[in-house]
Amino acid sequence: MPSTMPDILLQALDLACERDERMLFKGLNLTVKAGEIWHIKGPNGAGKTSLLRQIAGLLPIFQGNVSFPLDQSILYIGHKSAIKDQLSANENLAWLTALGVPSDENQRYRALEKVGLRGYEETMSAQLSAGQRRRVALARLHLNAAPLWLLDEPLTAMDKQGIADEQAWFADHLKQGGAIVLTSHQDLDIPGVQILDLHAAMETASC
Amino acid sequence: MLGFMYSVIRRDLLLVMRHPAEMVNPLVFFVLVIALFPMGVSPEASLLSQTAAGVVWVAALLATLLSLDILFKADYADGSLEQLLLTSHPAWALVIAKVIVHWLVSGLPLVIMSPLVATMLFLPADAIPTLLLGLLIGTPTLSLFGAVGAALVTGVKSGGMLISLLVLPLYIPVLLFGTGAVAAAVLGMPVGGYMAYLGAMLVFALMVTPWAAATALKVGQMQG
Repeated sequence: MPSTMPDILLQALDLACERDERMLFKGLNLTVKAGEIWHIKGPNGAGKTSLLRQIAGLLPIFQGNVSFPLDQSILYIGHKSAIKDQLSANENLAWLTALGVPSDENQRYRALEKVGLRGYEETMSAQLSAGQRRRVALARLHLNAAPLWLLDEPLTAMDKQGIADEQAWFADHLKQGGAIVLTSHQDLDIPGVQILDLHAAMETASC
Repeated sequence: MLGFMYSVIRRDLLLVMRHPAEMVNPLVFFVLVIALFPMGVSPEASLLSQTAAGVVWVAALLATLLSLDILFKADYADGSLEQLLLTSHPAWALVIAKVIVHWLVSGLPLVIMSPLVATMLFLPADAIPTLLLGLLIGTPTLSLFGAVGAALVTGVKSGGMLISLLVLPLYIPVLLFGTGAVAAAVLGMPVGGYMAYLGAMLVFALMVTPWAAATALKVGQMQG
């Protein structure tokens, strides 16, 4: 019986976030199981990024707690994409993957091909467009075995085809037993996407 | 963990090679200050040889101070720092890797240039090995203490001035023992004691600053 239950990858209990003496959210509960994708919604300034950063461990937790029952690794791609202007796409991926599981050049070239950057492998990132730089950052999705992805606005700066491709990668990751928590202002076209609306959560909490 | 440090060092050296101005700036400042000093004060050999050690050390100290601002700033601005802090590797390893690069780029060139500029200031040839050794031990200490200041102001918009205020008091002992050693060497007195103090300060800095800078980086990231 327990083996048929999907594993819980992330559990947040009674989480609260306060920035500059303003309560962004409180009493927030979130359980993310393997194979699930959670879309955090809310207007600008609702605390979407803060929530992701709290989960990733980049913001202090004022109240409540975040736990990872399986103690698995996490891939966090923030709004700032950590792409260095003076390095090529390939070199950027090399140092970013070296922080976790190092990759070889073949793997990186293949990942760049998957994100549609074939032929740009050795181009300096300063010469890439905003969308292309985003794609370099997203190539990490194909180089990382972390089951839990935390993605802050992964769809911004991407073209229509890019957004469709990206959602296909998300679906693949979910099929392989991974889980995703992401923020976005766009609606996702993935079956079974779960929605966490910070604005609505705050309204009910304050009543 | 060594692999992590190696990859950070490799990346940062590559970045410096692509952008050599960052490496040349402190060195140019160092050489210019020393070259201008005799013009402003007096070209007289006896006066210059007395002040040579102090001028070289002060110029090295200020050149290091100028280069500190960029230590973590770019990584903070483009989001690299949060990726570097999210790894399973300890943050002090990151600090040590960054300091090694900082010293190789801004400290080592000063040490290598110092015999030349000291000769320009008529420092007696006997005292030059002492100056060289003192700078060799002293400049890594300056980089280490500087890393704490740079880490504390990563999130601050114009932190350059603040770094100087935070770090300068820690630099004074290094300056005193560094110049003291050269003064003793000029007089033909033993310099072992001075070197021992400089070495002790380096060991102290190695023990304390990576941890302190790592804590400061994490706190700064949490605010941002």
